[in-house]
Amino acid sequence: MTSHDHSHLTETEARVRALESLLSEKGYIDSAAVDEIVQTYETKIGPQNGAHVVAKSWTDPAFREWLETDSTAAIHSLGYTSRQGEHIEAVFNSDATHHLVVCTLCSCYPWSVLGLPPSWYKSPPFRSKAVIDPRGVLEDFGISMPATTKIEVHDSTSEMRYLVIPQRPAGTQGWSSEDLAQLVTRNSMIGTGFARTPKVSS
Amino acid sequence: MNGGADLGGMMGFGPVVENPKDAFFDAPWEARVLGIVVALGACGKWSIDMSRAARESLPPADYMSLPYYIIWLDAALNLMLERGMITQEEIDTATLQVPPVPVARTLAAADVEAVLGAGAPANRPEQGQPLFAVGDTVHTINNHPQAHTRMARYARDKRGTVTKVHGFHVFADSNAQGTGENPQWLYQVTFSTRTLWGDQGNDIDTVTLDLWESYLKDPAS
Repeated sequence: MTSHDHSHLTETEARVRALESLLSEKGYIDSAAVDEIVQTYETKIGPQNGAHVVAKSWTDPAFREWLETDSTAAIHSLGYTSRQGEHIEAVFNSDATHHLVVCTLCSCYPWSVLGLPPSWYKSPPFRSKAVIDPRGVLEDFGISMPATTKIEVHDSTSEMRYLVIPQRPAGTQGWSSEDLAQLVTRNSMIGTGFARTPKVSS
Repeated sequence: MNGGADLGGMMGFGPVVENPKDAFFDAPWEARVLGIVVALGACGKWSIDMSRAARESLPPADYMSLPYYIIWLDAALNLMLERGMITQEEIDTATLQVPPVPVARTLAAADVEAVLGAGAPANRPEQGQPLFAVGDTVHTINNHPQAHTRMARYARDKRGTVTKVHGFHVFADSNAQGTGENPQWLYQVTFSTRTLWGDQGNDIDTVTLDLWESYLKDPAS
């Protein structure tokens, strides 16, 4: 294969395509499996899984207790067992404590419940700053945290993965778990955001 | 190693900026690299710790400036070169020159769901008792190995408190070098930001790291 076959592509695009062909030819990969992996992370494994965990923790006290004592088992019980979620620790935000998750050494992230990490999570600005200036990172996301709220940063240095359980928004009494899940943003489960507050209807 | 990947506490990268499109991939090739690298894992030629070691071994200036999925691709190519799975000429010309080496398996599309779903747990049957308990004060080692370690530079030679005993896990440092899983107790250790960062820290905020027993010492001994 030569690059003129793909003159409309960028150099990187062409290089990756050529290498994929070579590795297929060598029998190390099957491009259909590559398609399937990409599709899985684009459509099946994403933040909707984590939102389900969070909403259930807001509505089901027994599940919340399980999540507090054995997060991995509680999350696996919902079927979220896939890679980069083998060992999970749920951490619970409150008025007193706000949790923020980072991986300073690479990009460890709870894929099974949040899918693939956003590019900022893998970037040097976030990975360098989160541990030395977490309040500054939150300000980058438009959040000003009171000085009395403790920030607890979790640097994912092992195969333990961290999932933040944000606080349940006010004005959601009686909401179903399904409706609540719609309020749970990806960033709220990393600690760089909050769950959405429902619009008040007049 | 004290490489480009060990970023905790560095300065000068500017603010954290979200991609307004908020897509999983910034370009289609990134998705292909993700899929290729995950699929290559099934060949059984390296562990996740070896992958991380390969990525952080890239020259620091490259590591800090290359797109993340290029880091993944270049590291995977280096792993294949080291194992004789591919030659530099093949990479340069993208044409097959030498026969493939045998691999444990080639991941088929039909098996993707099961393989991703099963994951790869890092815990192992527990042996012996943990040296430390929740509430114990520990002191991290001051060690700067050339090889892979998960003992982040900014938390070396620091005093912290054990806040959780996670279990008995494969030791990343030895597993990355192919010298065995050497599983051991893994702890969550909480550090005051005052301890880590002095005047730039404060007395309220904390950072936790998950650290293997080999990284920890009893400060009284």
